[in-house]
Amino acid sequence: MKEKDKKPQISDRRRFFTDIAYSAGMGVMGGLLWAGYADKAKSSTLTLRPPAALTEEDFLRKCIKCGLCAEACTTRPNNIDKETGEFKPGTLIMAKAQDDVTIGTPYFIPRDVPCYMCDDIPCVTACPSGALDVDLVTNSESGELDFKMMDMGLAVVDPNSCIAFWGIQCDACYRACPLMDDAIKLVYGRNERTGKHAFLKPEVNMDTCTGCGLCEKACVTEKAAIFILPREIALGKPGDHYVKGWDKKDQQRVGNRKEEEIITHDERSAKKPEDYLNSGVEY
Amino acid sequence: MKWSNIKYLVLRRVVQIGLLFLYFAANAWGWKILSGDLSTSLLFGKIPLSDPFAVLQILATGVTLGVNVIVGALIISLFYGIVGGRAFCSWVCPVNMVTDLANWLRRKLLIDKTTRKTWLSRNLRYYMVVISLAVSAVVGLAAFEVLSPITILNRGVIFGFGSGVGLLVAIFLFDLFVAKNGWCGHICPLGGVHSIIGKRSLIRVKHDKDNCTLCMKCKDVCPEVQVLGMIGKKSEFVSKAECTNCGRCVDVCDDEALGFELRNFLK
Repeated sequence: MKEKDKKPQISDRRRFFTDIAYSAGMGVMGGLLWAGYADKAKSSTLTLRPPAALTEEDFLRKCIKCGLCAEACTTRPNNIDKETGEFKPGTLIMAKAQDDVTIGTPYFIPRDVPCYMCDDIPCVTACPSGALDVDLVTNSESGELDFKMMDMGLAVVDPNSCIAFWGIQCDACYRACPLMDDAIKLVYGRNERTGKHAFLKPEVNMDTCTGCGLCEKACVTEKAAIFILPREIALGKPGDHYVKGWDKKDQQRVGNRKEEEIITHDERSAKKPEDYLNSGVEY
Repeated sequence: MKWSNIKYLVLRRVVQIGLLFLYFAANAWGWKILSGDLSTSLLFGKIPLSDPFAVLQILATGVTLGVNVIVGALIISLFYGIVGGRAFCSWVCPVNMVTDLANWLRRKLLIDKTTRKTWLSRNLRYYMVVISLAVSAVVGLAAFEVLSPITILNRGVIFGFGSGVGLLVAIFLFDLFVAKNGWCGHICPLGGVHSIIGKRSLIRVKHDKDNCTLCMKCKDVCPEVQVLGMIGKKSEFVSKAECTNCGRCVDVCDDEALGFELRNFLK
């Protein structure tokens, strides 16, 4: 009897609260592990999305991973291989577990299959969730789809490996570009090395380039010297400190912003430029 | 083997594999019968069908969704809510074939007899529903959809498998060695959502006590054995939400003590 008395009595109330604490503890533990995994499962910032995708953050929230865009891309009538009569691989790939892209979301690798910029944009019209927003590729005046409004990324040229910059004649990307002489122009220059030849260097127009990747696909170098990067990666940002005083549009860029949003002072402006420029580099 | 002993099993496999085939054909040959995948499909290129749980997770991340997806989720919810109960799990979900195989092997290898009782709670799936919605809201990404073996297997058939196969093998081994009916019967939150949706569904298994010989074959095969509490005791419908309407109990019963019937709530 004595032994039994020593055991603590577990009341129903204690059991009830212990159960709650147990469930809550397990739930929080599982939730934290899960949240950690889900956060890591987000895509690499270098992922190229289908045309008219929302910003990556909103796209990841909205995409329901149904694959209707990828199917519409693969099974479009102009994707049939003339020899075999079967569909060729589509542009859009549904990410698998081993890819550096959120599983089940569509993306594309231009060097393998670029976007051919169909004028009926079947992938975007197929999206049921709104992760691909048809308004982003609809001309607001005519109300019609406009493939020139697509924005998947921006072509970037590596002048070190582009053979046109060496002086060898190559205009593969220029000719492959669906917006030839607009998104990619050839810039003429004198080749001082030979004194009698011309450079024909490709130059990308960041305003009209859609990032379709036909240039990257066409590039003749071993690893493409012109390639598509997501715009946020490819472009810098001048900030509000510098404005093209001669350009009305650029003045609006700063002028339209609310006053409290304009940042002209940051930690670098604490010192005068001559101070930090004269002091040299601090290691 | 008599047809009446495998009827529902065969029908279920035909439906499961048939649906996978239609999904595959939509991507491979452009068939328009059933395109998309189990998270959102288009039936005949027009009627949207959406996974209500995927939609809930997306809404939990704080965004709005296209009308088609919402309508699709309502259609699916209504269908299973009225007709099928958890029929999605046993008649549509491809992972059911993986876990059924594990369960069949368990019986053949007598693992059931040699291991201890399953330690997981049957209510775990409901906690999983809550946690996945909470994680979706915090991380901004539909949380279950990034590790769901259901869509991994489904998309694998349509768009090609990747290393996601590992997860399916893991679930197979888990169900085979670690916990009987571990995934489908305890953990899977989609099963939890379908339990809630189909709680009042009309088609259910009904037990007839007078025909029952207490052979308990039904309890051997049932993946949600807690729903068969009335066997040999009371003639009534299986009323617990977790019944998957798989019909295995009906199949194995040689005494006509179990069968599908319509529940009549009006009475």
